[in-house]
Amino acid sequence: MIDAGIPLLRVRNLLVEFDGRTAVREVSFDLFGGETVGLVGESGSGKSTLARAILRLLQPTRGSVEFMGVDLGTSAAQLRAQRRNLQIVFQDPLASLNPRMSVGDAIAEPLKIFERGLSASGRREKVAAMLERVGLSGGVAGRYPHEFSGGQCQRIAIARAMVLNPKLLICDEAVSSLDVSIQGQIVNLLLDLQRETAMAMLFISHNLAVVRHLSHRVLVMYLGRLVEVCEGEALFAAPLHPYTRALLAAVPRLPGAADGELSPAPIEPAEIATASGCAYRDRCPFALPLCASSEPPLEETAAGHWVACHRSHEMLYPLS
Amino acid sequence: MRQIADDAVRRLRANPAAVLAMFVISGIIVVTLFGPWLNPNNTQALDWLHLAARPSGENAHWFGTDRLGRDLFVRTLAGTRVSIAIGLVASAISLIVGVGYGAVAGYVGGRTDHLMMRMIEILSGLPLIFFIIFLTVIFGRSESLLFISIGAVGWLTMARIVRGQTLSIRQQEFIAAAIASGASTGRIIIRHVIPNVIGPVVVYATLTVPQIILFESFLSFLGLGIQEPGASLGTLIAEGVGEMEAAPWILLIPGGFLAVLLLCLNIFGDGLRDALDVKEA
Amino acid sequence: MDATLSIDELRISFAHRGGTIEAVDGVSLRIAPSECVGIVGESGSGKTQLFLGVMGLLAANAELRGRIRFEGNEMVDTAARNRVRGSRLTMIFQDPLTSLTPHLTIGTQLAEVLVHHMGLPWSEARSGAGRMLERVRVPEPQRRLTQYPHELSGGMRQRVMLAMALLCEPSLVIADEPTTALDVTIQAQIIELLRAVRGEFGMALALISHDLAVVAGLADRILVMYAGRIVENAAALDLFRNPRHPYTAELLKCSPSLSGPRFARLPTLKGLPPRPGEKLEGCAFAPRCPRAADRCRVESPALEGTRSSQVACHFPLTA
Repeated sequence: MIDAGIPLLRVRNLLVEFDGRTAVREVSFDLFGGETVGLVGESGSGKSTLARAILRLLQPTRGSVEFMGVDLGTSAAQLRAQRRNLQIVFQDPLASLNPRMSVGDAIAEPLKIFERGLSASGRREKVAAMLERVGLSGGVAGRYPHEFSGGQCQRIAIARAMVLNPKLLICDEAVSSLDVSIQGQIVNLLLDLQRETAMAMLFISHNLAVVRHLSHRVLVMYLGRLVEVCEGEALFAAPLHPYTRALLAAVPRLPGAADGELSPAPIEPAEIATASGCAYRDRCPFALPLCASSEPPLEETAAGHWVACHRSHEMLYPLS
Repeated sequence: MRQIADDAVRRLRANPAAVLAMFVISGIIVVTLFGPWLNPNNTQALDWLHLAARPSGENAHWFGTDRLGRDLFVRTLAGTRVSIAIGLVASAISLIVGVGYGAVAGYVGGRTDHLMMRMIEILSGLPLIFFIIFLTVIFGRSESLLFISIGAVGWLTMARIVRGQTLSIRQQEFIAAAIASGASTGRIIIRHVIPNVIGPVVVYATLTVPQIILFESFLSFLGLGIQEPGASLGTLIAEGVGEMEAAPWILLIPGGFLAVLLLCLNIFGDGLRDALDVKEA
Repeated sequence: MDATLSIDELRISFAHRGGTIEAVDGVSLRIAPSECVGIVGESGSGKTQLFLGVMGLLAANAELRGRIRFEGNEMVDTAARNRVRGSRLTMIFQDPLTSLTPHLTIGTQLAEVLVHHMGLPWSEARSGAGRMLERVRVPEPQRRLTQYPHELSGGMRQRVMLAMALLCEPSLVIADEPTTALDVTIQAQIIELLRAVRGEFGMALALISHDLAVVAGLADRILVMYAGRIVENAAALDLFRNPRHPYTAELLKCSPSLSGPRFARLPTLKGLPPRPGEKLEGCAFAPRCPRAADRCRVESPALEGTRSSQVACHFPLTA
């Protein structure tokens, strides 16, 4: 369960710029042991860039990332040592596995790097056990990624990430490219693994239903900024930011779904991010002159519910 | 890896031209290695009784003799052996240096890459013939110098190819996954980058062998390569050109060997490229 | 009234490593004029190959057998296809960036269609292109005409693709996963647009998707495909309320929703879909089916029922 003591991951004022564009803008949040934090947003929101910057797969321009009390930006040696507790699963399971490496070797690689004392036979046993934990047979270790389906490759990628029992698993759109019937299997696998190991997860997805199912807390990103942060289910029941509302309204629903009617026609998006003020104001039906001049800060509007919107207090009461 | 190689072999087998070329190449190699034992002559002995003799089975000069009465059968085989050896060794040098250099430049990127690629541009800007004449003047003519100087320049294209491949591989998620697993740069290059560039590398290396053989023959023809009384296909052809009208076999026999060898190597290389091209059909 | 498109016993197979892989395994279907039919299935179900076969866009190693009639004419050869393809019968794809030529402006690419199929002079074609962009709700259509595909956002590109598909007033538009590559808010707009355009142009629409919910808002009728066959064919609302094939029912159950208990195990379909080329005795869904009996493993069920509701199952769920 969630360990609410010292945060496992502490991100402060993280800023990532490339090609003169700000992909992640002053993002700060904490993530605690055993907790699942969902991160939602559309393409271009910077959610994947944020994940890569946390892992130092790309260099943030400013800001700090502390993991288990260690600043990951200070030394390359410390960063590498921390990697055993900080793992990632990517969106495209086939692309995230080396096509010329057997799946057994792929899963064994972290062991070779961090558990040098382990014998070859000990490694083989661990790999087989890990394959079985993710629902595959231990006998498939000698096969190559292209022999497996997408869902199976994702299981293999999860096995590689979990073989060292990391404290934090980042899932970057880990179920998005899978068929619906397979998505549920992978979500269940992640839930099982979390129950067994008490790991924390940063679950990045554009699929709101999956995020809602897995997350203790949800962060909503829009054009590089956090616009809403909320504990529990309140985000889905009573979203406060107009962008979150539009996002939820746009989710296609099956007829007769318990959560209401078909989506209303949403608003045309702006193609260019505005330099000052609220980034969402061009799409926002509730924008005021104030929204163009000053950027709203992320403030706690209700208990455990943070919103960056000048009109968030009004949103507490249904606008129509 | 093994499986992918199996697939490639299967596709290669389905290509009759490539299979035939492979048999011819192996045949030539076997004959050059063991053929001289079957014939009583050696490469340098002069047979005064048979100067510029026609090919015949009677006097043990199966391919005839040259102007000095040296046996063409053993000389052609020895020359082919030298040419193939130069082709293989120089290609191996270009393979090792080129793959290492290209993978490091492409993977590390940034300023290192910039610097390494400028080096290659400078080297490939050197006029090769001039460069070799220059080296011959300084160090004198020798076979080993020829091996080294061809190999030293032959890796440039290989390095460019490998760098290009590496740049695209570096963008792939399995590299990010390897970094996130804590793998060091060296480990990533050896375990993740190089195995994935091996396809185009093998193909290019196969096609480098005939290029180098041709280039060596060209140098020897100009008198810059292997020196008398040693023989390579190039020196033999140069010699044959002088006697072209009186004793055409002195030109045609080594010339034919060179042509068949180059043709087969190229056909085999093309077949290999086709076999490795389709990754997972 | 004649069907706009009718397909009988269509089979598509691919030569592969000496053997053949059946991608589409005996599919028959009708699409009536101005009808919107949703075709739903997971990856590898053959839904895309089926319509690439209709368009004549299959890969070189494909073999197609069966009958395709479009607007009453047999589509027997390339000549018959070329008469209708791109004008009466058009298709839009998942990734609009790769379906547009990168080095030509939007205006040129749109106008070219009108010049080629309708024989219009270039100047008229260009203004026609501008009018069409307006009809698919592209803001500032005149400026867009001079832009290149990479200068547009994904949603805008899909609108351009749709404009191109509609230029010659087609009787059938095939939309293959038109919203899959797009964000949810953009997806909702494109669905909305497809709905509006259907009303305006009155063409039939074949909407291919892996997502039941995307199809739900648009389709009059839904075909569910599994392993190269149609397993259920029903009016959209009936299908959602009373799915009759166990596969449809299971698929509906495991579609993620914004309600229901969190952190609980999600309902899933056990196992994996058959691999391409895998030959199964009996019903292809039997190994994953909760209702499967001995008969299902031996005898492949035929698609049977009334005109409006058909199911290929020995033991269908009752309505």
